[in-house]
Amino acid sequence: MESIVREGTQKTPSIEFDAKVGKIEIKGRSIPENSIEFYNPLIAWLEEYSGNAKPTTEVNIQLEYFNTSSSKCILDVFKKLEVVAKAGSDVKVNWFYEEDDEDMLEAGEDYQSIIKLPFKMIEIEE
Amino acid sequence: MKFVIDDWYTRHRKDEIIVEYKGEFTPKLISNLLDVAESKLDEVATPSKIRKKIYNSLVEGLQNLFHHSCKEDIDKQGAIFGAILLIKIGESFKLILGNYTKSNNERFLIDRIEQINSLSKDELKQLYKMILNNKEFSEKGGGGLGMIDIARKTGSKYEYNFYPVEESYMFFELMININ
Repeated sequence: MESIVREGTQKTPSIEFDAKVGKIEIKGRSIPENSIEFYNPLIAWLEEYSGNAKPTTEVNIQLEYFNTSSSKCILDVFKKLEVVAKAGSDVKVNWFYEEDDEDMLEAGEDYQSIIKLPFKMIEIEE
Repeated sequence: MKFVIDDWYTRHRKDEIIVEYKGEFTPKLISNLLDVAESKLDEVATPSKIRKKIYNSLVEGLQNLFHHSCKEDIDKQGAIFGAILLIKIGESFKLILGNYTKSNNERFLIDRIEQINSLSKDELKQLYKMILNNKEFSEKGGGGLGMIDIARKTGSKYEYNFYPVEESYMFFELMININ
């Protein structure tokens, strides 16, 4: 299956969904007015990926900001990743947050408490 | 007394103004305002922790205005019309949002704000997670999370007012301190 690679914009994150190596990356800002439109193709991609996932899937989420309308879409991404894990792939989530950004750490912990996947919280220097 | 948006706006234009806008809201305009806000916040050299809280509150506040403002306001037919001010008072910041809304939204908004104001930080976190995980979002997104998110991150209580404009419309003012 094809990979999805998108450059980040002022309102949307950069995306790298690579089926060949089993890597899922979302980085930057996610503050679009219509986040459903942005995330729908990514959710559809994960749906397909769950059918032929790699033995391990590495998920890197490194967001500087995300709005509440993205928050539900990000949850949907994680829920699809749970399906990928159920299909037999070893899914590991790395949640990156900038030093001192307690809100972003807390946001990661919110997801961690809802989603049944191993999360690793990684602090990065500004 | 008749509500006049220009008077309301002038009344709030004081202290150090970081961002101000009154008029029609479009996605492009929101992007521009966020750009201006970001560079102005860099200039005032607030700790990055606070800058992020302010930026986040602005994003949610502006998108709420865009999605929920009454589109049939009397000042400009068919446009989303509202106002925003971010002011710095000493070391703290105040975000002021204003928009027209239908009068029959008043009760709902008051209940929502009073509920948010009554909750502790931890209760807000629980409510946020519950809505995030259970409630279907509308096409507009949000699902009421924006206001909860601002309150949760700022740790402040909302102040608000409704000004009658005409029988079926009101002007809704929402303010929160960020420090």
